Amino acid sequence: MTTLLVKEKDIVVPGQQLATGLDYVPGMGTYREGEYIFAARVGFLQIEGRMLKLIPLAGRYLPKRNDLIIARVIDVSMSYWRLDINSAYSAMLNIKDATSDYVPKGADLTQMLTFGEYIVTKIINVTPQFLIDLTMKDPGLRKLPEGRMLSVSSVKVPRIIGKKGSMVSMIKNATNCQIVVGQNGWIWLYGNDPVKELIACKAIAKIDAEAHTSGLTERIKTFLEKETGAPVEIPREIESMEYEG
Amino acid sequence: MRNHILSILDKGMRLDGRKKDEYRDVIKVEYGVAGLAEGSAKVTMGKTEVVAGVKMEVMEPFSDTPNEGVIMVGEELLPLSNPEFEAGPPSVEAIELSRVVDRGIRESHALDLKQMCITPGEKVWGVSIDICPINDAGNLFDASALAAVAALKNTVFPSYDGKKVDYKKMTTKKLPLKELPISVTVCKIGKHFIVDPLSEEQKVADARLTVASTEKGMLCALQKGGIEPVTLEDIKCMVDIGLEKAKSLRKLLGGTK
Repeated sequence: MTTLLVKEKDIVVPGQQLATGLDYVPGMGTYREGEYIFAARVGFLQIEGRMLKLIPLAGRYLPKRNDLIIARVIDVSMSYWRLDINSAYSAMLNIKDATSDYVPKGADLTQMLTFGEYIVTKIINVTPQFLIDLTMKDPGLRKLPEGRMLSVSSVKVPRIIGKKGSMVSMIKNATNCQIVVGQNGWIWLYGNDPVKELIACKAIAKIDAEAHTSGLTERIKTFLEKETGAPVEIPREIESMEYEG
Repeated sequence: MRNHILSILDKGMRLDGRKKDEYRDVIKVEYGVAGLAEGSAKVTMGKTEVVAGVKMEVMEPFSDTPNEGVIMVGEELLPLSNPEFEAGPPSVEAIELSRVVDRGIRESHALDLKQMCITPGEKVWGVSIDICPINDAGNLFDASALAAVAALKNTVFPSYDGKKVDYKKMTTKKLPLKELPISVTVCKIGKHFIVDPLSEEQKVADARLTVASTEKGMLCALQKGGIEPVTLEDIKCMVDIGLEKAKSLRKLLGGTK
């Protein structure tokens, strides 16, 4: 006997029973225990055919393959760097994934990247035990220069990027800032003008605070116009996927 | 990060848009936040929040000051306030913080310790001030010192019959406060002096000087921290800023009564 115990788009909490019976399959953010499927995170329930999925509303970043993230170097070893990726797990960047140049044996890796430096990087693999491998070899992946680091909840990153990067491009255009948004919730920001840089920070904080509400793009547009005193255009959805979004 | 902060400072601004000698907007002092303490206060400075509580007990005085009360200050850096803090025995930072707060109160003679003597050489009142940061977004020094003094101002004696202290029955007698010492921490980054640093600014600061002063503008304690040295001119400049900014913080507390 299969029953769905909650409705689609319900907000569920960890440990809540979602369904009984074997007809439904647990998807992202849910798990099966015997007859039942339980929620593992706080989120909206989504049903796709027989699959029960959760769109998380809160929680720490969970690394996924092909995610573009910002990482901080926490350890340098003989052949790899260990990086903090704002998750429960740390990631590894091997020499062979960091550069195509020849690196002699026993070279001092701190010359390339050293403690506390930030990089834009891509996850190439995540094992079930959460061993995470990173790469620097794709275009746009690089060491980040001096700038400001912001931290937001990783579940709100999609709102900051917007549809096909529209939100982040709007902020970039309005404030003349360089912005890189990592899927892990870390954001790098640099502007020549500190006043405009601050406006960009405030805009991002506003999105972070109001991520769950609708009509956000309009409100951010009004906010940017008020703060910068210049008209702001909502960019058309950009077809080419840039690394920032 | 450091160069970025410096380049913004060169343009006369801070990370959050403040001027160099400006405190964060929301400085708030709330009294009596902990019901079971004899006195308590909560200080909010921007996103930094600190709670201080005062407990009173009857104890034996130290043998070198048989007719004076005792002050003890303890600060615990709770892991909930900052992911960099760890549980366990107090860290170097926690010990420094509590000692700086302690010194401000002790050396300004904020409390008339002689009035806190019950029987010379045998029984005196001991005041222990416990400080807990609820959220650390920078400048725990000034927030802790302000919270401690505010908590002292809020404190009343519990009733005491000569044998036992009854914490359930409070008197209306306040602590013999003579002074309200105010601490202002001035950070040096490059050639810039700033007050009320954010966590990010605190991390890249070369040096800091905590300046505690009394209402008349008398210095009562100084504490230098950070890895870089400071020159005599630097110290003069930092003390001047410290004395000046103390005035606005003092307004939040009002008088000693």
